[in-house]
Amino acid sequence: MIKIFLDSIKLTLVLAIITGLIYPLVITGLANIMFDDKANGSLLYDQNHKVIGSKLIGQAFTSNKYFQGRPSRAGNGYDALLSGGSNLGSTSQKLIEGNKDFDGIKQLAAKYRLVNKIDFTTKIPVEAVTASASGLDPDISYENAMLQAPRIASVRHLSQNKVTDLIELNVQKRELGFIGEPRINVLILNLDLDKLP
Amino acid sequence: MTFLGICQIFFFISLILLIAKPLGLYIYNVLEGNNTLFSGILRPSEMLIYRLANIDFCEEMNWLKYTQCVIAFSLVSMLLTYLLLIFQNLLPLNPMHFGLSDAPAYATKMTPDLAFNTAISFTTNTNWQSYAGETTMTYLSQMLALAFHNFVSSATGIAVAIAVIRGFIANRVGTIGNFWTDLTRITIYILLPICIPLALLLVSQGVVQNLNPYLTFTTLDNHNQTLSFGLVASQEAIKNLGTNGGGFFNANSAHPFENPTPLTNLLEMLSIFIIPAALTYTFGKMVKDTRQGVALLTVMTIIFLIGTLVTYHFEAKGNPNFKPYNINYATNQLGDSGGNMEGKELRFGIANSSLFAVVTTDTSCGAVNCLHDCLTPMGGLITLLNIELGEVVFGGTGSGLYGIIVFAVLSVFIAGLMVGRTPEYLGKKIEKKEVKMAMLFILIAAFSILVFTAIASVINFPKDSFWNSFGSGTNNLNNVGPHGFSELLYAFSSCTGNNGSAFAGLSANTPFYNILLGIAMFLGRFFMIIPVLAMAGSLSEKKLVPASIGTFPTYSYLFVILLISVILIVGALTFFPALCLGPIIEEFLMRQGKLF
Repeated sequence: MIKIFLDSIKLTLVLAIITGLIYPLVITGLANIMFDDKANGSLLYDQNHKVIGSKLIGQAFTSNKYFQGRPSRAGNGYDALLSGGSNLGSTSQKLIEGNKDFDGIKQLAAKYRLVNKIDFTTKIPVEAVTASASGLDPDISYENAMLQAPRIASVRHLSQNKVTDLIELNVQKRELGFIGEPRINVLILNLDLDKLP
Repeated sequence: MTFLGICQIFFFISLILLIAKPLGLYIYNVLEGNNTLFSGILRPSEMLIYRLANIDFCEEMNWLKYTQCVIAFSLVSMLLTYLLLIFQNLLPLNPMHFGLSDAPAYATKMTPDLAFNTAISFTTNTNWQSYAGETTMTYLSQMLALAFHNFVSSATGIAVAIAVIRGFIANRVGTIGNFWTDLTRITIYILLPICIPLALLLVSQGVVQNLNPYLTFTTLDNHNQTLSFGLVASQEAIKNLGTNGGGFFNANSAHPFENPTPLTNLLEMLSIFIIPAALTYTFGKMVKDTRQGVALLTVMTIIFLIGTLVTYHFEAKGNPNFKPYNINYATNQLGDSGGNMEGKELRFGIANSSLFAVVTTDTSCGAVNCLHDCLTPMGGLITLLNIELGEVVFGGTGSGLYGIIVFAVLSVFIAGLMVGRTPEYLGKKIEKKEVKMAMLFILIAAFSILVFTAIASVINFPKDSFWNSFGSGTNNLNNVGPHGFSELLYAFSSCTGNNGSAFAGLSANTPFYNILLGIAMFLGRFFMIIPVLAMAGSLSEKKLVPASIGTFPTYSYLFVILLISVILIVGALTFFPALCLGPIIEEFLMRQGKLF
């Protein structure tokens, strides 16, 4: 029995070094040689070479001149240190009707209508009033972007066509034509918007 | 449901069925000690490991010795992880200074009960997480204390499954192999060679892999954001391949740095299912009748497809409580970005989220790409039931195969009762001892899930007590009403089933929950392994009897139907009352518009 424990200790140490140290460090080395940008977070920089975000991680947009992402329950919204979602079930009153500290579907829909000046007869796509699992979802749907387009055009004094053209350009298609969902990366769309003359 | 959504589900399962045979054959050759593709480079490393660890690789073990090795190795490696976690503040690769006096405000303290829970969790292949990775774990803890277990706990599961098969094929030999060589070979010939390209593929899509400190910057719209990094891709690969499921980040495979694109999502789902699927072929090859493996794979595929389509149907239907606010969630207008999108990522949509949820609970993986707590009641029911059926639909690496073998033994026993003959499986007579062990396997799981859920539902502590600062056990829930009960039931099902996914609203990081869930994980792992190895031991001493006219063929359609029925009936009879109190009643109340 003692021999079994001694063998266990030795094998544990050997396998721990192989799988817990050598393997991850070798992958880190290879990844940084082969895919330097991606291994380090797919970062985006402004003209002064300062980091303004990661292509993959959603950001909070509160100004009217920017397209807004989905509601986020990560911290106070898009807090990348507190990734996570609402964890509320389908029959949760808090999720549907909200309370004084928490915006439910009811308040989120009302705010979305108010900001974008949409009346009650227009339906809002479900993804625009629900929070993602990570709270860091970088994408919105085409329908959601189109509903925000008139607001963007009027705040930025652009023609609506120009904005909708930009949306069309930014639609990311399904992988290999059928895997995943079509979507629009909000940060990249907003960066493109800032570049418009 | 959409046409494309269904196409993606069938595309996924077709790929699995295609890879199962070649990989199963490779695993068979590795475990038989035959020469394989990588033997040229790997054989010397294997021998070096034996020499370093001073291991007698020729020894043949009986079941008792094999079990002792499994337990001893698990205890030793669990202790190593516990110590690494407790002292993580003193160890290197801690760029954010967790546990030190200048730790950032968001850092969570590593308490002894949290370290205990985490060590058991990763040793038992559960990967239940009472912590959030990015605010609790140092990089060294992630790679050495946790990812190391992702390899060895998975390899241990596979080794046990192989030992059980050897029990069936041994003709009065009494031995079932050598745990040390099984463990070593599985790790270096099977897991590592798949993980290396897999990790690099994940990086190529955007999964991060670095040792950088966290990065704080001002976003485009002038907010502050801090990005957390780490050695994610290397851990992500083995997290899924070994059906471990413990995320690097709190949001697990929903986090864009763990699962950035639909393509990585597909790779991750494939890597979860592939070893359990391949092992059915290895099994067939070892018992020298591949039809036996095909029968098991057929059972798995059928139950998997039913579960996936039911979940997908209900998630796509969405939540009727959204109606009063004029929200558009019809999938015939929005495609798979309609339906119940709460707790789901847009890039995956309803189809890939439902598929992932079923894949991760059919196996003992527990990685999530959507929040299971936010699933519709029926979607939640399927994930819960998948775990409670014993995770035998593909199942964990190894644990799925020995689980379904236990159910197969029960099935032939029931068939034997019906015709009044001594049942046989794979040429071995199934007698009192085997059936006792099989029943023990099923009863211990049911006991742990139901009794512990009951305890947590009624227990009371004073507010701010050491054991549970929330007060009574139900104060830790995030939801009230039947969904709150589902959160508790899910937690104990997940831990006992060594799954590790959660209805994550439950705040489980208190000594009471950490310890009780820890015990559930321990029971769910070792008190499954011991009876199943005892069964293998008893079988290995028996004579192989040739099939006769009266033998019930265990590769026939009839057997497939019987096995499916036994799995579903045993699971349903055991858990139906509890499920009624949770998801089933919630479904009816949701349709009536009742909120809690």
